[in-house]
Formats: sequence, structure tokens, C-alpha cells
Amino acid sequence: MSIEGLLGRKLGTVQVFDEKGRLRGTTAIEVGPCFVTELRTPEKHGYSAVQVGFGDARKVTKPEAGHLRASGGNKLKHLAEFRTDGSTSYALGDRLGAELFDPGAKVDVTSTSKGRGYQGGVRRHNFSGGPRTHGQSDRHRAPGSIGSGTTPGRVYKGTRMAGHMGAERVTVRNLDVVARNDDRGVIFVAGSVPGPVGSLVRVRTARKVAK
Amino acid sequence: MAYELDTLSPNQAREITPDFGSGDTVRVHAKVVEGDKERIQVFEGVVIRKRMKGLVSNFTVRKIASGVGVERTFPINSPRVDKIEVMRRGKVRRKNLYYLRGLTGKAARIKEKRAV
Repeated sequence: MSIEGLLGRKLGTVQVFDEKGRLRGTTAIEVGPCFVTELRTPEKHGYSAVQVGFGDARKVTKPEAGHLRASGGNKLKHLAEFRTDGSTSYALGDRLGAELFDPGAKVDVTSTSKGRGYQGGVRRHNFSGGPRTHGQSDRHRAPGSIGSGTTPGRVYKGTRMAGHMGAERVTVRNLDVVARNDDRGVIFVAGSVPGPVGSLVRVRTARKVAK
Repeated sequence: MAYELDTLSPNQAREITPDFGSGDTVRVHAKVVEGDKERIQVFEGVVIRKRMKGLVSNFTVRKIASGVGVERTFPINSPRVDKIEVMRRGKVRRKNLYYLRGLTGKAARIKEKRAV
């Protein structure tokens, strides 16, 4: 294994025929092009990793420009670090893309989920709500009891209640790479990927593959 | 247009897609895998639905097999569909012929479309 993962962009969902001719529901992800912007080495940093940049930035600040100069001066919008096992050597400015993920491999995809705003317990935590009949009023979507009485006399921290939902970092593990378009640097992974179309995603080789 | 991801996907459009629609009688040559052998199975019946969705368009064929109504839906560009032959053109007034499901025998006949 070389670099563990890369940055990409979610393009949308489409059905794709797999090698057996079955239709699979997939999400198209444009992976890269990513450019190596910095190297982490065991000697200097204690571990091996590569920092890569992705996407065109309209403008970069002077400190950013100075950081990017060593790798060719591309105006990159996003920077992220991925671990490597040190078996492949990378140079600043190297261009990486979808070729890292072969069809048949499994990947983990991390992204920011769609924001759902302030949601009640029924939608946010799959609460059942109250009874709809038998004289109930104003209790149809109520959360029910949130704790005991005088002892302990308070509501425990972490009790599930209504609140802000979505717009959080979500990782979906072990998605199949069904196909790849080498000309456009796009991979098709089976299943859904968090976030809206066009959002930034992290794709990496799956860490916990079932035996 | 609406199917912009089709230009990126590895799905290939069939080289020759015969022009057919709801009401037509077609013969679909489908590839079937049995054990480790692959053979062609022909499914002949009336097209009762055709959904146009770019490269993943599909259509449903209905036939009566040993007295039981059987419907199969095929993706038009599936690599497992070898060939689609049009046997007969039907004259129908709607797009989805779900009403055929309630009809059998003589009542389920469809008039043939005459060439103009």
C-alpha cells in the first residue's frame, strides 16, 4: 500500500453495471487530482504521511502561497494529510488521482453530512413519539421521560433530546469500488456517501475489512 | 441534460437498440448463468412499460406462461440482454399498460399497428 487515501468531490448517484452485469446503485466520486504539498517522515515527525492539496482556490493567503510554492505553486483549496506505510516515496508536487482505487477494492468515505437543522427526538434519535389516540393531546411527537425524579434531581448529560442534526463528519466504511473512469478520474462506489452533491469527500482504503 | 453522469459512467449503450414501445410484442434474448454455463433464454411477450432514464432505461415484458402471468423487467443496456427483437407492433393509447394485468385471453389482445 502506498498512500492511504485522497480527497475528492461527490458528483452524484448513478446506476452502473458491475462485472457480472448486475445493476448497482453507486455514487460517483471525482478523486483528485491531488498534489503532494508536504511530506511527514519518521525521522522528522515520528510517522510517515503525505499532505495533499485538492481543488482550485480563487485566492490563497500569502502564508498559504508560501507553503504551496515548494510543490509547484498551484492554488489549492483544501489540504489534508494521509498516512503512508513508507514503502512508496513521494516527491513534492506529485499528482495523484483515482488510479489509487482499483475496481473490486473496498474504501471508506468520509464527508460532512447534509445539515438537517433543529430536529425533534422522533427524527433525530428515532424516538417513537406518543400514542396518537386514547385522549392524547400535544404528546404525539414528545420525547417521553428524560430521567428520574428527586434522585438524582437532574438530567444526565448526553440524554438524547431534540437539537441540531446533520452537518457532522460521517464515515461510511467498506464501500465497494464498482467501476472507475480513468479518463476523468472518477470512481463509482456502491451505496450512498454523506453530504450534498459537490461536497468535499475523503476516500481511503478500507481499514476494517471483514474476513 | 438530466443524465449528465451517463457521460462518465462505464455503462455502454447497446450498438443497435431496436425502436419499440408499449404494446409491441418483443423477443428478449437474455443471458442466463446456470452453474458455470451461460446460455441464452428467450423471453417473448408484450411490452407493458418503458422507462426512459438515459443509459439505465428499462422496460417490462409481460407474458402468460402456463396460465400464470409473468413479468420481467430488463435494463435496455444490460450486458446480460443479448438482443431485442420486435415481433409485432401494437396499437395502444397509453404508455403503461397496467390494465392488461386484469385481463386474460381474448380481452388481453392488442390491435396491430398498420404501417402508414
